[in-house]
Amino acid sequence: MISDITFGQYFPAESPLHRIDPRAKLILMIAYIVLIFIGNNFVSLALSVAFLAFIIIISKIPARMVLKSVKPIIPIIIFTSILNIFYIKGGKLLVSWGIINIYTQGVYTAIFVVLRIAMLIVGSSMLTYTTTPTALTDGLERLLSPLSKIGVKVHDLAMMMTIALRFIPTLIEETDKIMSAQKARGADLESGNLLQRIKALIPILIPLFVSSFRRAYDLAVAMECRCYKGGKGRTRMKILHMGAVDYISFAVMAIVIAAIITLNILLPKVI
Amino acid sequence: MSEFIKCEKVSFQYYNDDSKPIPVLKDIDFSVKQGEFVALVGRNGCGKSTLAKHFNAILLPAEGKVLIDGMDTSDDKNKYDIRQNVGLVLQNPDNQIVATIVEEDVAFGPENLGIPSKEIRERVDWALKAVDMYDYRKHAPHKLSGGQKQRVAIASIIAMRPKCIVLDEPTAMLDPKGRREVLDTIRKLNSELGITIVLITHYMDEAVYANRVVVMEKGVIAFEGTPGEVFSQYDQLKSMGLDVPQCTRLAHKLRKKGVDLPANILHVDDCVRAIADLFEKNGVKRNPAAQ
Repeated sequence: MISDITFGQYFPAESPLHRIDPRAKLILMIAYIVLIFIGNNFVSLALSVAFLAFIIIISKIPARMVLKSVKPIIPIIIFTSILNIFYIKGGKLLVSWGIINIYTQGVYTAIFVVLRIAMLIVGSSMLTYTTTPTALTDGLERLLSPLSKIGVKVHDLAMMMTIALRFIPTLIEETDKIMSAQKARGADLESGNLLQRIKALIPILIPLFVSSFRRAYDLAVAMECRCYKGGKGRTRMKILHMGAVDYISFAVMAIVIAAIITLNILLPKVI
Repeated sequence: MSEFIKCEKVSFQYYNDDSKPIPVLKDIDFSVKQGEFVALVGRNGCGKSTLAKHFNAILLPAEGKVLIDGMDTSDDKNKYDIRQNVGLVLQNPDNQIVATIVEEDVAFGPENLGIPSKEIRERVDWALKAVDMYDYRKHAPHKLSGGQKQRVAIASIIAMRPKCIVLDEPTAMLDPKGRREVLDTIRKLNSELGITIVLITHYMDEAVYANRVVVMEKGVIAFEGTPGEVFSQYDQLKSMGLDVPQCTRLAHKLRKKGVDLPANILHVDDCVRAIADLFEKNGVKRNPAAQ
């Protein structure tokens, strides 16, 4: 169950998407979120779905991996779509059964919400699948570097993010070990009501917490041994360059957004 | 050969919860020559890890002086020069890897030193080749074996081009294969690149490869000498709760039963040869096929 977490996982492959500069990719990601939320008719919705499909195909990420990223949010999708279907009134009445009334507007909204959430998740996992965590934090650090002039410690934040990402697999492994150890001592983690199960987690979380502190101390010594003294005077092995592939992707994104805005103006609004 | 690490009357203590001092190191005089391979052995809590942390200014002596290549560790100006020159490798490889990709972790040290990008690339490739991990440069560290992770940790240190590496029980958490890999790497760095090595270990079979073995007990240096000299003190080591290499123990036990074997057997090959010679002397013919 624990090893199912795919968020933040990098999938190595040779694709134009992998080659895009991480800074450009972060900006494109923001543009993409805007894109999926501005479309207000079915044609622009279809266009944004098609655009995402295009991105997935050129990224060479297997469809299985893409679907895996949606899996954890299926309950949320089902929940929000049910809420929308039953509670939004407007348009034609489709079904009337006792107190349950379903209107066309409710169904339309549900479709939009479900697709937007799914596109949001798939889109952001495309970012993490095609960018190494280090490149991502590196890109973030450079994008936010103007903020350091007003006293925001951008380098420190980026370093914290790198270390957090680096220790996720290590801590997952450790949690598995502690769980086995506690089970071997007779701990019951699978039965009982919610409260009992939460209580059963305490003997797992406390050793995990204590060992994290020990790891943090060791890591701090190891970083000091390697002359770490913060962001000042630090150079980087990989220098980021904006290249042709970045400008082309900016252009493609701009065209798709322009197309969606045009469709919004030309076609009647659905939601 | 000049003295690279020099400790003069070094004392150090921790304070417990009642702020009572607990002495860890007492008046230690110790030195390591440039290019030397020194093994530091002793029981848990004898102060060897604490001493190791004095060699690169992670800890500063309460009394006495530690000089690294002539630089005093207690002078804050020297701190980063010293840390670049004396790399420290810790026991748990998982806790010393900073980045999520092998080559980026190796680049971490040189990046901190402010070296130009192109040279960092060269140093990273060189360091990974030196520890035989170049093929894994794009891998995620958590997918490597313990021995491989520890070799990455060593590469990360040598990418800073230190003159000396201090390894604090680098093989304690590894399986026999991983231990072999790490020990071979350490010996190669010493013999081929001339890097000074201080190896802290519990495994006497590793200590025999050093030029000099230093035995610590309760915060002082009990005795030191070549591996042959140290491990011939079987009874004294035993009383300190320390082991000797397996074949040294075998030779010692045979000698106690009256078998005429030399006292300084350290390697399995030497042991086999000595016993074979003994058989021959007593008239047992060698099997020509076994030569």
